[in-house]
Formats: sequence, C-alpha cells, structure tokens
Amino acid sequence: MGGFPILSVMLAVPLVGAIACLFLDAKPARMVALVATLINLALGVVLWANYDIGGAQWQFTEYNELFDGFAYALGIDGIALMLIMLSVFLMPICIGASWEAITKRVGEYMAAFLLMEVLMIGVFAAQDIFLFYIFFEAGLIPMYLIIGVWGGQNRIYAAYKFFLYTLLGSVLMLIAMLWMVNAAGTTYIPYLMEYDFPVEAQTWLWLAFFASFAVKMPMWPVHTWLPDAHVQAPTAGSVILAGVLLKLGGYGFIRFSLPMFPDASADFGWLVWGLSMVAVVVTSLIALVQADMKKLIAYSSVAHMAIVTVGLFAFNVQGLEGAMMVMLGHGLVSGALFLCVGIIYDRLHTREISRYGGLSINMPAYAVLFMLFTMAAVGLPGTSNFVGEFLALAGIYQANSWVAFVCTTGIILGAAYMLYLYRRICFGEQKNADAAAMPDLTVREYLLLGPIAAAVLWMGVYPESFLAPMRADIEVLDARLAAAAPEGDANLAMGEGLPAEEEHAEGGAH
Amino acid sequence: MNSILIIVFAPLLAAIVAGLGGKWIGHTAAKIVTTAGLFLACALSWPIFLSFIAGNAEASVTPVMTWVQSGAMTFDWALRVDTLTAVMLVVITTVSALVHLYSWGYMDEDPDQSRFFAYLSLFTFAMLMLVTANNLVQMFFGWEGVGLASYLLIGFWYKKPSANAAAIKAFVVNRVGDLGFMLGIFGTFLVFQTTSIPEILDAAPAMAGSSITFMGARWDTMTILCLLLFVGAMGKSAQLGLHTWLPDAMEGPTPVSALIHAATMVTAGVFMVCRLSPMFEAAPVALAVVTTVGAATCLFAATIGTTQWDIKRVIAYSTCSQLGYMFFAAGVGAYGAAMFHLFTHAFFKALLFLGAGSVIHAMHHEQDMRYYGGLRKEIPFTFWAMMFGTLAITGVGIYHLGAGFAGFWSKDAILEVSYAAGGNGTGAFWVGVFAALLTSFYSWRLMFLTFWGKPRWIESEHIQHAVHHGHDEPDEHNPAAQEDAGHDVTHAVPNPDHGDGTGGYHPHESPWTMLVPLGVLSLGAIFAGQFFAESFLDSAEFWDGSIAYNAELMHAMHEVPYWVKYSALVVMLLGLFGAWLAYIRRPDLPRQTTEQLGPIYNFVFNKWYFDELYNLIFVKPAFWLGRVFWKKGDEGTIDRFGPNGVAWVVDRGSGFAKNVQSGYLTSYALIMLLGLVAAITWVLF
Repeated sequence: MGGFPILSVMLAVPLVGAIACLFLDAKPARMVALVATLINLALGVVLWANYDIGGAQWQFTEYNELFDGFAYALGIDGIALMLIMLSVFLMPICIGASWEAITKRVGEYMAAFLLMEVLMIGVFAAQDIFLFYIFFEAGLIPMYLIIGVWGGQNRIYAAYKFFLYTLLGSVLMLIAMLWMVNAAGTTYIPYLMEYDFPVEAQTWLWLAFFASFAVKMPMWPVHTWLPDAHVQAPTAGSVILAGVLLKLGGYGFIRFSLPMFPDASADFGWLVWGLSMVAVVVTSLIALVQADMKKLIAYSSVAHMAIVTVGLFAFNVQGLEGAMMVMLGHGLVSGALFLCVGIIYDRLHTREISRYGGLSINMPAYAVLFMLFTMAAVGLPGTSNFVGEFLALAGIYQANSWVAFVCTTGIILGAAYMLYLYRRICFGEQKNADAAAMPDLTVREYLLLGPIAAAVLWMGVYPESFLAPMRADIEVLDARLAAAAPEGDANLAMGEGLPAEEEHAEGGAH
Repeated sequence: MNSILIIVFAPLLAAIVAGLGGKWIGHTAAKIVTTAGLFLACALSWPIFLSFIAGNAEASVTPVMTWVQSGAMTFDWALRVDTLTAVMLVVITTVSALVHLYSWGYMDEDPDQSRFFAYLSLFTFAMLMLVTANNLVQMFFGWEGVGLASYLLIGFWYKKPSANAAAIKAFVVNRVGDLGFMLGIFGTFLVFQTTSIPEILDAAPAMAGSSITFMGARWDTMTILCLLLFVGAMGKSAQLGLHTWLPDAMEGPTPVSALIHAATMVTAGVFMVCRLSPMFEAAPVALAVVTTVGAATCLFAATIGTTQWDIKRVIAYSTCSQLGYMFFAAGVGAYGAAMFHLFTHAFFKALLFLGAGSVIHAMHHEQDMRYYGGLRKEIPFTFWAMMFGTLAITGVGIYHLGAGFAGFWSKDAILEVSYAAGGNGTGAFWVGVFAALLTSFYSWRLMFLTFWGKPRWIESEHIQHAVHHGHDEPDEHNPAAQEDAGHDVTHAVPNPDHGDGTGGYHPHESPWTMLVPLGVLSLGAIFAGQFFAESFLDSAEFWDGSIAYNAELMHAMHEVPYWVKYSALVVMLLGLFGAWLAYIRRPDLPRQTTEQLGPIYNFVFNKWYFDELYNLIFVKPAFWLGRVFWKKGDEGTIDRFGPNGVAWVVDRGSGFAKNVQSGYLTSYALIMLLGLVAAITWVLF
C-alpha cells in the first residue's frame, strides 16, 4: 500500500459524512450516508485484498506521537481485519434498512450511524491502549442516542440500562490500563501483548478488564441490558448492536485478557466456563418462551456468545479460531435475523409473534431467506455458524468434556427455539388478515438480505477465506498461552491394542 | 470428468434450479430438471456398483475443495467411492429417481410441486454427500443436510399444524442424537488427532484397551467413542428411545416416506456403524450395546406395528423394526449382512410405501385400514406390487430350493449369523425370530384388511366427502385435500346407498408414472436377494476392506442347524395363519383378544406411552424452566437487584441528599456536630 494511510482514510470518510449529515435534509443525508458507507466498504475490500497473509503481524501501521504516553497509532492484524470487514459490510445494510423506516431527524440519525462506524473501525484498528479506550467507550454514545431517540416506546429505560451496565466495567478497565502503562512503560498495544505482567497483578488486571468485556459480550448474568436494548432499538440499531457491538467483548478478550494476562486467564478459566454453561442452557430456555421476536433473537445471541467465550478460554487453536468464526458468523446471521424481523415489523408494526403466521403463503421469498438464516442460526453445516460452533466446541472438548457437553446441548435447544419461532411466523394458517395481506420483499429488501445470505453460505462452504488471514495471529496467541494452558481432562492412557490376528480385514482398506 | 461428481452434484444443481427458479420456469420444467438429474445420477451409479460386484473397481477419493483448516483439525470436501459407498449410491439414486417419477402422478395437482421436487433433489444431494464422506465432518454435513430436507418435507404441507409439529419433532429429536455424534467426533479428534475416516480406522485397533476420562468418569476409549457416535446413529435410524419422531414423520407426503423414512435416510445410522466398523470392532462393549438396542427396537416396534390402524404408521413401525435387525446384525459383527438387509429393505420397503401411497391415492386420502377392504380387484396392479413387497418383507423363501424373495436372503442371513455368533447374538436371534412372527402378522394383517374382505369404504369421511362433493372444489384451507392430487373422481356419482359398503365410490388405479416405479421396485423385491446374496454375504473381495469383514463368522453362518435356517419360514407361516384367522376367518377375533388383553393392548396401542413420557419429562419442564429463568431469574432477581436496584438506590439516595440540603440551619448544625464527633473519635482512637 506504499504508505497510503488507508485506516485513517477509513476513519475520515464516515466522520466527514457524519458531519455533513448533521446539516442536511432527510434525502441528501440518506444519500451521503449510503455513499460514505459504500466507499468504506470498497476501502475495506482494498484493505483485505492488500493484506499480506503470512507477512508482518501488524500491517497498515500508522504512528504519530501526539504527546508523551499517547499516540495516534493504528495498525491491524488478521483478527482486526476480519472484524473491520464485518463492520464495513454491515454498515451500508444498516443505512439501507433505515431508508424508509426512519422519518424523523434523519440527518442526526445518519450522523450517529456514521460516527458509530468511525468508532468501530477505530476500536479494531487502534494500537494505542488509550486510543482504544476512547473508541471503545465513545461507541456507547451514538448507540445510546440511537436507542434513546429513535427507539420504541420504552426506549428511555432501555437506553439507561444499556448505559449503566456498559459503564460499570469501564471505570475499572481505565484504572487497570493506567496501572499497566505505568508498569510496562508503554501504551503501545503490540508491546503490551508481549509484556509479562507479574502473576499476582494479572489477577486484578484480568478482573478489571473482565468486568468491562463480560458486559459487552454479554455474559450471564450481566446480559439483561441486551434484550431491552434490542427490543427498543430501531432495526438498524439492532443489526449493528448484534452484528458488531457484541463482538467488542470477544475482541477485548482476544486482544487484551488472553495475551496480556495468560496466567490469570488460565486461573479464571473455570469462571468463564461456568458462566458460559449457565448462559447456554438458561438463555436458550428463556428464548423458548418469548412472545416477542426481537427478545427471542436477543436471548439467542447471549447463548451464541457463550460459545465464543468457551472457545476463547479453551486455550487451543480450534477454540480460538472457532470463537472468531462464531463472532463473524453470528454477526452476519443475527444481523440478518433482526433485518427479517424489521421487514415484517415495518409492515405490521408489532413484534408479537402470535400476530403473524402463514407468511410462506404471501411472502414466499421472505420465507426462503428467513429459513436460510434460521438454519444458519441453528448451526447447520454448510452455513457460517456451523464452522465456528464446531471448532469452538471441538476446542473446549479438549479442555474439558463436561463443559463441551453442556455447551453442545445448545444445538438441541437452539433448534427448538428457532424452529418454533419460524413455525409461528411462516408456517400454519394465515390467522390474521392484515398479516396475510403483507406484500413480499421489495427490491431494497432483497438488496439487504441477499448479500448476507451469500456471505453466510460462503463462510460455511469455504471458510478458508476467513480463516487464512487470522491463522498466523491465532498461532502467535496460542503459543503465548501454551505455558499457562490447563491440562485437558481426557488423560488418554494407552492400552495394548488389538492383537494382530484379530484385525480381520482391516488391512488394505484404503 | 469423474462420474461421481456428476452423481453428487447433478441433484444439487437440479434442486437449485427447481427451488429458486421454479416460479419462472414452471412446474413441468422444474419436474423435468429434477427427475432428469436423478435418472442421470442413477444411470451413472449402477456401472460403479456393478464394477465393484465384478471385482474390477478400486476405492477412490475425488477431492473437491478445501473446507476447514484449523491447527491439526483439517477436513476437506471430497468424494470417497468404495464398495460400501457404491452400495449406497445405487440404493439412493435408484429409489430417489423412482420416487421422483412417482411424484409426477402423486403430487400432480399440488400447487407447490416445484418446491416439492426441489426438496427431494436437495435431500438426495445431502444423502450422497453423507455416503461419499471421507471424513467425519462431511458425514455430519450430509447427516444434518438430510435432517433439514426431512424437516422440510415432513412439514411440506405447512398449513397443517400436525405436519409442522412433526417436522420440528423430527429435527429436534435428531439433534439429540447429533449431540452424541458431535461429541463423538470431538472425542475421536482428541484421540486420533484427525477426522479422516481412513486414518481413524487404521489407528483404531491400536487404541483398543486404552482409557480416557469423559465427563468425570474413566472409560475404555473405543467404547465411549463408539457409544457417542452410536447415539447419533440411534437418532437418525429411529432406535428405541430416539424413535418417537419416525411415526409422526408420516405426516409428510407418501413419496417422502418411501424415500427418506424407509429406504435411505433412516438407514444412515446403519451405514455409519458399518463405515466405522473397524472402530466398533475395537470396542466389544459398544457392539454389545448396538446388538441390544437393535434387538430391543426390532421387537418393540414390531409389537406396535400389530396394533396400528393407519396404513402408513404400520409400515413406519415396520421400518423401525427392520432397522433394528440391521443394527443387531452389525452388533454381532456381520456388517455385510446388515448392509445386505439395508440394500434389500430399501427396495421392498420403498415398494410397500409407494404401494400404500397408491392405495391412499385410490381411496381419496383415507389412511385408516378399517375403511379399506376388498381392493384387490379394484386396483390389481397396486395389489400385486404390495403382494411382492409383503412376500419380501416376511422373508418368503425355501432354503433347499435356494430360492426366495429379497427379504428371505437378508433377514434369514441376519438370524443365522446372530445364532452363529453366540453370546448375546443368541438372544438377538430369538428376539429376531419372534419379531419375524410379528412382522409376518402385521404385514399380512395389512394385506388382508386392505385387499380382502368386503369394502368398508362408506364409513370413511374422506370417501363420503369425495362422493358428495366430487373433487372439483379442492378445499383451500385443508392441506389434506391437496394430497388428493391426481384423483379422478368423475365417476363418483353422489349415490351413497349401494348397500355393498362401497358408498358408491369407485377406486381407481394410479397413473403410469406411479405404476412404473412400483413395477421396477417389485423386480427389486423379488430378485435383489437372489442376485446379490453371494457378494454381500460371502465375499471379502467384494467388500475389499470397506467394512470389517469377519470371514469365520460368515462361514459359521452357513453351518447353523437346519431348524435355524427354517425358523424364519415357520414363523412367517404362523404369522400368516394368525392374520388369516383374525382378519378373514373370524373377524370378531381381534376385538375379543384386545378386550381380553385390555391394559397390555392399550400400552402397545399407545406406543408404549413414549410421547406422553417425553412430553412430561422434557417438553413441559423446558417451557416451565424457561419461564422461571425469565420471570424469576432475569426480571425477578438480576434486574431487580441489578440495574433497577441501583436506580432505586440512586433515587432514594438523591432524595435523602435533597432532604439534607434543606436550608435549615439546625440540620446543618446537627450534621456538623455529628461530623465533629466522628472526627474526634477517629483521631483519638
């Protein structure tokens, strides 16, 4: 890329767009937002195409020291690259989803979204720990506004709850960061990732970071902000919340907690496993009894994110790569599911599941796409989520078979609540005349769901495109964790094997 | 281009064209594309199979594409063809092609035909991916893919609540099995550091006797791995405990029952055990479990089969029971016999289902056998097809003549080999013989109720509906009416009182598209055993290492006493006699018997109350727990003491602070005094 500051440009484009939107009317604001996000998508493709797999760990780096102890330092590895791609891919779709649904304060709304994009890319690209902190925490503000201004009836409660929860860990994390910078003498994340903090200090630092990331994830029991936030947020807000914001917690674990505090991570593995096991079972069962579409999908997100956390804390390559793939896959699929909800919400203005039914009859194309995303959500092989869940669970199995067993029950419960949801919305008789009169997908809606459907299948059939850029980084992380990684519970002890003469016809089998 | 690529991907392409393009190209084009795709796959599969029979083909693996590479865990898309695969290829493509053709007639008037054909082809693709898998994960892909297709096809008439419920049940119960399968794959990877099937099978014997911890307990490694994988097989093959979805799956259109729930998908579990047979050979305890579960299912399902009235449910329980035979054959180490029964069963069971479909078609969607009777003369072609199917499933054949129908060769082989194996094989033999008696009874019961006796059609609501309303006004809101597709009831004169039990209804033989598949499958039911017995049972060269082949056991099978060889024939005749006695000679006998047996009959008739039990211990508690966790957990505890609690504290706190800042000098003075006291206390002590 020859020194072209592409990451800065990717931050600047939506920022300029956001400022412009503030001063524009509804129509031009939509246009500006769409163009800005599409430019960023194009830049993202350029970024991916120019990413040198197997090259330097940190690429596209920019470094400008602003003052002592704080630098404008950007740079990405494969993990950050994939999450940036997820962000820039979902962003134009969010703008498209808001095209008709948002009618008041359009300029401000678009500005909030574009600012959101700036901050998300910033989080993934930041190489200075305080720069990261700023992006990480500032992301709260536009989301808070999106829920609080353009949300549903109970939006103020949801917005406050969201803010209260996510703020909880932030203070602790900031204190921990100050301590770390003081101890290591640098704010540069790549150095910090290799710095060996004293084992006893790691415990407190890990807990401070955990407080923040667990809420963002969200892990049980600090998840209750998510259903409310989703229910009240406008469709595009839910998409970006589920698609990208929930990934910040996982990214935090993989960028900070695991490499910086490997010993503490190993020591607290049981805590993460325990909370994740509870989350898989409890939130799946809660999803089963929901009457509100958005709440159901929100609860299913908590269950899926628990697979991410067990994968991360499996301390092996499969677990880490699986966790990353679940994050990417879930980002696409839950985003798509929220779009599916939004599409029928726009027509009938209710999230009540029982108000729908028999949509396969009047909305066949919608039913097909919704089925695809439902199947992806239950982790059917050939879709994005399978690859991630399979690897993550295979990873945790090597660490602990109990945890693997409990978390794998998620595939049964997941199938139950998703198919039950699908049945109530798309199958059965058309009980409600107004639901039966809803028209099928418009061209705009095809354009929103089509690309996600393609990406879901691509990721499921040929995930190598997504695994390859991350491989080297995961290996580095795995090596860093190797010393601290706990023994698996398998304890395989060899026996004497079958005597040779009993091997009937096994020879020549291949 | 390698023909296996065409065999596997032609159905996928056809499914995509018909499924996504059906709206534009129309029903006929969609049907032509899918059916042609399947006949092409079928035409290419038989040469592969025959070259394995002839012994001039070698196992091969055709790589397709990279799938996942994650550290040591790598698995690719690849198509493996060896003897075992070749057997499955012909079974799948032949039955699927015939079912496609049959559906032209059966689904003729359905408004969603292209969707139906797309699902059928999609199913076939997934099934082919399953049997050509060279690693466990691709097998799992096919495994879940057929599960998806099964879900979609059971729920094909999606307006019907019972069909939707059955579809979800099938998917979720199968997922219980898949939990075991997935953990089995994880464990296998942990032990062998690979998911490649040939590599695992090579390394499996050396692992015998090793031990491993799983969920806190110490296990023999191969035993626990095989048991976990077998849980998957139990789900897909509807074995005792995880069988509850199969009878309900009959909600799907009958061609689906023939293809998926009789001939192919439900046999995937048997295929898996045979594919991994060297693993199971290293795990004797797991094999004993396979034998026991197989024998138990074989008996259990057969008992229920004798009591059901719905023609499709009888055949469904029969399928469940026959799968039990296959499993206990595998359990005693006779994988060749298990595969042979899978092979012959595919033909005669598909024949029976499609025959039943033809009867249902003729009887205006009536499925209750109590309203059949005397159909022998009305639909003679269907009658003869069903007859051949029945002769095959009941295992009619004479050992000393060396002649018999397909089931004679395969089922007798299973019984003989179980006897020869000894151990718990002996128990399985006796269970198998008794189940054969029941098989004969329920099969002939079905035949007699349907084709013999006097017509009892007038009592059927479906028939009355047909006679009174004709078929010109299909009920839009009754999906059942859509299955009446293809009925020609122009002869149905509204004149119910004929006094002959017909209600003025004239059943019609099905169109040629439905009869041709019946004819072809009849050939299979008659000859498949005779032609292929030697290769499947006695030829290690034929199997060429694709399954664990125990030559000694297969030799011992031929040396069993004559009474063992004739036991199946004897019980078949007893069953036939019993059915004749009960349903032709003395029609009041069944009622008397059921009254005498009272509770036992009710227990069997209600399918051993499995559904009620599962509903009580799994379904209801799941919903109850969900509500408790939600209302009492999330809202009642976490929110109450978490964010709402904090908000409450802040609210009260600020209220307190507001009150403190009252502006009254006295309260300020009081606080100052308290502060002073506190400060002094702090300093002094």
